[in-house]
Amino acid sequence: MRERTPSRDLRGRKAWVYFKNNWQLYLLLMIPVVFVIVFKYAAYPGMRIAFMNYKPAKGYSGSKWVGFETFAKVFKDKDFHRALKNSLIFNFLDLIVGFPVPVILALMLNELRFNRYKKVSQTILYLPHFLSWVIIASVSLTLFKPETGLVNVAMMNAGWIEKGIPFLTEKWHWAVTYLLIGVWQNMGWGSIIYLAAITGIDAELYEAATIDGAGRWRKIWNVTLPCIRGTMVTLLIMNLGRVMGSNFERLDSFGNVQVKDFQYQLAIYIYEKGLAGSNFSRATAVGLFQSLVGLILVLASDKVAKALGEDGLL
Amino acid sequence: MKQPQTEHEHKQSLFRGVNRVRVSDFVIAFVILLLSLTCILPFIHIAAKSISSNTAVLSKSVYLWPKQLNFDAYKSIFRDGQLTYSLGYTVVVTALFTAIGMAITICAAYPLSIRGLKGRPIFAFIMMFTMYFSASLIPEYLLYKDLHLLNTMWVLVLPLAFSPYNMLIMRSFMSSTIPDSLYEAAKLDGANHIQTLYKVVLPLSGPILATLSLFYAVGRWNAYADAKYYITTKSLQPLQYLLSNMVLNSGNDAVSLSESAAADSTPEVLQAATIMFATLPIIMVYPFVQKYFVKGAMIGAVKG
Repeated sequence: MRERTPSRDLRGRKAWVYFKNNWQLYLLLMIPVVFVIVFKYAAYPGMRIAFMNYKPAKGYSGSKWVGFETFAKVFKDKDFHRALKNSLIFNFLDLIVGFPVPVILALMLNELRFNRYKKVSQTILYLPHFLSWVIIASVSLTLFKPETGLVNVAMMNAGWIEKGIPFLTEKWHWAVTYLLIGVWQNMGWGSIIYLAAITGIDAELYEAATIDGAGRWRKIWNVTLPCIRGTMVTLLIMNLGRVMGSNFERLDSFGNVQVKDFQYQLAIYIYEKGLAGSNFSRATAVGLFQSLVGLILVLASDKVAKALGEDGLL
Repeated sequence: MKQPQTEHEHKQSLFRGVNRVRVSDFVIAFVILLLSLTCILPFIHIAAKSISSNTAVLSKSVYLWPKQLNFDAYKSIFRDGQLTYSLGYTVVVTALFTAIGMAITICAAYPLSIRGLKGRPIFAFIMMFTMYFSASLIPEYLLYKDLHLLNTMWVLVLPLAFSPYNMLIMRSFMSSTIPDSLYEAAKLDGANHIQTLYKVVLPLSGPILATLSLFYAVGRWNAYADAKYYITTKSLQPLQYLLSNMVLNSGNDAVSLSESAAADSTPEVLQAATIMFATLPIIMVYPFVQKYFVKGAMIGAVKG
């Protein structure tokens, strides 16, 4: 019967049958699609104010088009230079300092012999990932206050230091503390992915290494690390793709007047110029710049990861 | 997190008599201990401070154990009512957010997990693109203004409620753990797609539903940037934002907790109690739900 139907009708019929069988799936899909259109895509046209001299009182239609004037201003803006520089430097440092720690932690956890102990410490080490930046910053401020913070008090009582160290109130100290707290917050959670990769390693490789007389360190160096290299490379590249991003909550929580020089990064710039300073066009221009460069970096890193034979992101 | 190869290796090595517990085992255990302590001690210290007397705290003699037990700071918090109100409000927002987020995520993940669905890559692209290219703060602010969401609870519930990342995790769970034969069986029984979702897929997706609900809930519970951007009405601010105003933005005074409350305790103690008040809900549920998070992280790790 199917063979006898003319092909034109057949295609129509097939499409109809397909639709009849699957319309519910498309109906379901409409819900998230409409949702992202209403709450995300609908904001994209608003990006045009980067090319306007936008006055909130006049709205879109009353504001004048100015072409790339705002961008020209932004690229000459000292504040923007500082924000961009800080964002890039701190993101790179985050990456360099933060990348190896989860790997090392995963290796250590994997070598840990005492199973119950291992479980408990894993649970504890993942905890900081679930605390908000506000809580982490509040706790850090309490601990690191120069006069009354536990860390300084303890070190002064021990006679290691004469005066409290301004961990979070002097910009260079702040930079180090801020970065280390970032590492601390992410180390446990970051190690999960490596532990998963280590679990996937063929046990025979270890047996073979043992028979060859390899000790613990040799096995780590010659079996474990090469086997998780793929995961490491992928994560490294993916993180490189994110160096344009900035975490507003982390910066905002740790911000104060004394450390403004370093804390002033793109997310802060956009917030302060835009919402706090009502310079909507300029903040949008920077936002557009950040989004575009971010997208290009993510696409590039995905390409690189795939070229290296890894899974990639997209 | 099972690691069969290490156990296996362990047995093997015991059998061979090499690799007994060595000094290096204790070194590793010790380093892990130190790291773990950095995750607990700060909170113990603050908890101790929050239930110590003003004089003990001012003399800087409270370390990890409370001195001159005193619950005045907590009494102030409860008498003031601001934080308790905000806690309740944040619970409501988080519950709504999680329910809506999960419903939308299921609607997206289930069709996209079905092989051979026409247009699947396009739909996936439409959802994923928003993850990599955001309109940025001001255009979103203007959009939510046009939608009359500013200064309402809904601006905390709706815009972030659907996470494409969580959708990917759910999708890969569905397509990898539910065998095609079950779909076939459901089809033969005459079930349509929605019945299949309801009767076959969801009952088998228990663990991932739990995990992602937690991801959504924790994400909402912890976030405060959107409240800072879009909400000026005090009674609509979530707990984390309140905490940031009380402890961080005002520098070193928690005086915003009403004058009368501040009179009973020094800012130090009150601050500690405020931090504990906001932290305890998470720390109390965390040990019980922790394993679900780890599961989610592993599935998430497979993709991206």
